[in-house]
Amino acid sequence: MAYAAGVDVGSTQTKAIVINEAKNIVGRSLIDTGANVVVAAEQAFALALKSAKVEEEEVEYVIGTGYGRYRVTFGNTQVTEISCHGRGAVHMFPATRTVLDMGGQDTKAIRVRPSGEIVDFCMNDKCAAGTGRFLGAASSALDIPLDQLGPTALRSQRPVRISTTCTVFAESEVLSWLGKGKKIEDILQGVHQSIAARSIGLLRRVGVEQEITFTGGVARNIGMIEALQKGLGATLNVSDDSHFMGALGAALFALDHVLAGRAPAASGRTA
Amino acid sequence: MGERQQENDIVGRGNREGAQLFRDWFAQLSHTAEKQGHSAYVFVMGSMCELLRAFDLPVVFPEIDSLQMAVRRVAHEYLNQAEDYGYSPDICGYVKADVAVQLRGGQHPMGRIPKPAIAVLTNACNTYIKWAEIWERMYHIPIFTLDVPGTRAAGTQTWPGNPDFENDRRYVQAQIMELIALCERVTGIKFDIDRLRENMRYANEMSRGWKQVLEFNKTRPSLFNALTDGTIYLGVANGFRGSPEGGRFFTNLVEEMAYKAARGIGTATEEKYRLTFIGVPCYPIFRRFNEMFTEWGGTFVHSTYLWFASGGANLGFEYDLARPLESLAEGVLISVRDAMDSMFYQDRAIFEMVDAFHLDGVVYHPIKSCRTTSTGMADNRRSLMAARDIPSLFIESDMMDRRVVGEAQMKNRIDAFFEGLASRKQQEAAAR
Repeated sequence: MAYAAGVDVGSTQTKAIVINEAKNIVGRSLIDTGANVVVAAEQAFALALKSAKVEEEEVEYVIGTGYGRYRVTFGNTQVTEISCHGRGAVHMFPATRTVLDMGGQDTKAIRVRPSGEIVDFCMNDKCAAGTGRFLGAASSALDIPLDQLGPTALRSQRPVRISTTCTVFAESEVLSWLGKGKKIEDILQGVHQSIAARSIGLLRRVGVEQEITFTGGVARNIGMIEALQKGLGATLNVSDDSHFMGALGAALFALDHVLAGRAPAASGRTA
Repeated sequence: MGERQQENDIVGRGNREGAQLFRDWFAQLSHTAEKQGHSAYVFVMGSMCELLRAFDLPVVFPEIDSLQMAVRRVAHEYLNQAEDYGYSPDICGYVKADVAVQLRGGQHPMGRIPKPAIAVLTNACNTYIKWAEIWERMYHIPIFTLDVPGTRAAGTQTWPGNPDFENDRRYVQAQIMELIALCERVTGIKFDIDRLRENMRYANEMSRGWKQVLEFNKTRPSLFNALTDGTIYLGVANGFRGSPEGGRFFTNLVEEMAYKAARGIGTATEEKYRLTFIGVPCYPIFRRFNEMFTEWGGTFVHSTYLWFASGGANLGFEYDLARPLESLAEGVLISVRDAMDSMFYQDRAIFEMVDAFHLDGVVYHPIKSCRTTSTGMADNRRSLMAARDIPSLFIESDMMDRRVVGEAQMKNRIDAFFEGLASRKQQEAAAR
């Protein structure tokens, strides 16, 4: 049995996936990236191998993705997370035509063909407004764990309007609403709606086409799923492995190489 | 001369000569500044160099001065100084860098810029007008705004012989007569129509050559990189317009291109993807920006920058030297209009470019500094995507301010773009 792996080194977390020839996930891992990106990639890969009960020698090809993809020193090549999220989403949900990936510092809207090929993509520019970092700021300001943000927001009856687009200023605005006596759930719902509105703007720039698949770490947040679905007026595909979608896409590209003897996405590079 | 020696002499000659001309130009400007001499400040879209040279006015292109600071990686020092002086971070980086040059008494990384005796501008860019007003206040000099009618609504264009065109031409010509009178007053030199005619002859030689050079890049492999080599040629097209050096440069450049075309000498080791560049280059990381494309075998074979920043010289319009004033007005009208069209009606030009230049992709580069060139790019791109099945990339940064140039983010997008191009080529190959 041949195996392939993908390692997605993100700004906040590093994810690794091991798949077999049948494209089934046999191992996965998720750790905080921390300051040492090279070590994070190695650890994530080792943990995924352990979870798969597969030896490193059995993995024939490894692709690094994410911002730290060039620090996956044991990898064979690199593919951007834009291509990987598109590929992973179409694999999980074959009718996917639009992907929204929301990570720690990036939000990406991606339009894909049935083959997983990228038609167009659009990302947040210059700042982390509308990304997971925005939620991190709210979590810090309200002293609520990240995994409780969504469920808390869903209890809201009268959400506030968060007007700032700046992640740093958002913290001040959250505190200001607290000072005015607003309920935490209403403030949090305002934060979710603010992020959702920016993300929907990105989606509209690439053109929203059904089905839409939501990927990335923030896709685990039920409050964000609800805010996006309400804003879009559509149901989102969300996998339990949504935050592994980039690593899965990388593993699928790696498997292409194993099966075909070459890596398609890397074949264009000359240097 | 052996073939090898001949190749060494000809291939890359345009870049070598262009660099030398630039050094000579800035040395001359420094000399003028040291003598407390004055100059004419002009802009790339409608510089009127042919006319100003007839009054012995050295020309200064503040846009080119500014981009040189970015390429030489010192722009931030100038931008910071202008912002400390009170200019907002949102104002055009070219303007702010120039303001700092003026505050430093003309000190520039390539020499010293003389003060202006006059500033001549067109309405092709709205910032030109406010920019020139800064010099007017600083130096109490006359500024002359040439109002050039652009393409009318719905994109309708008129040409010589058409009554509407002739009305516009007369309007521009009347303004040129006013400019001549102003130049006489400023310089104390009487207008000599034969000197103008001679300068226009050089401009004709340049325009003829520029058009041919652009056409040459339809060949495979492309003969020059429109972003890197093209910017050098563009500098000469502006700074030496209406001069014998400028005319000769483009005649030589045509010879170089013909030589390379005959021998299949291209820019990339292996030209995998032919691209066009829409907008103003990312000068703060000029070389690296291009490398992010060439690493994948991508080369820029064309660019709208080579149109609008050449003041419309790309059209190859040649003046009728038998009626210089009338023809100068025609040329200004047609070329500045084209420069504006290449920003505001670029979609139709890109549609044509896709086939003519055998393009694999289109790269849009809106910049924070310049809303004139950037506004509408997203719509233009959408229009292109609706009309043609060609991949495009949209990356935003700046032509001056490295604070808004995120190389890592940019590379991520560029890599994803090429991954898509590679995938598309593979699928096309598999389908054959």
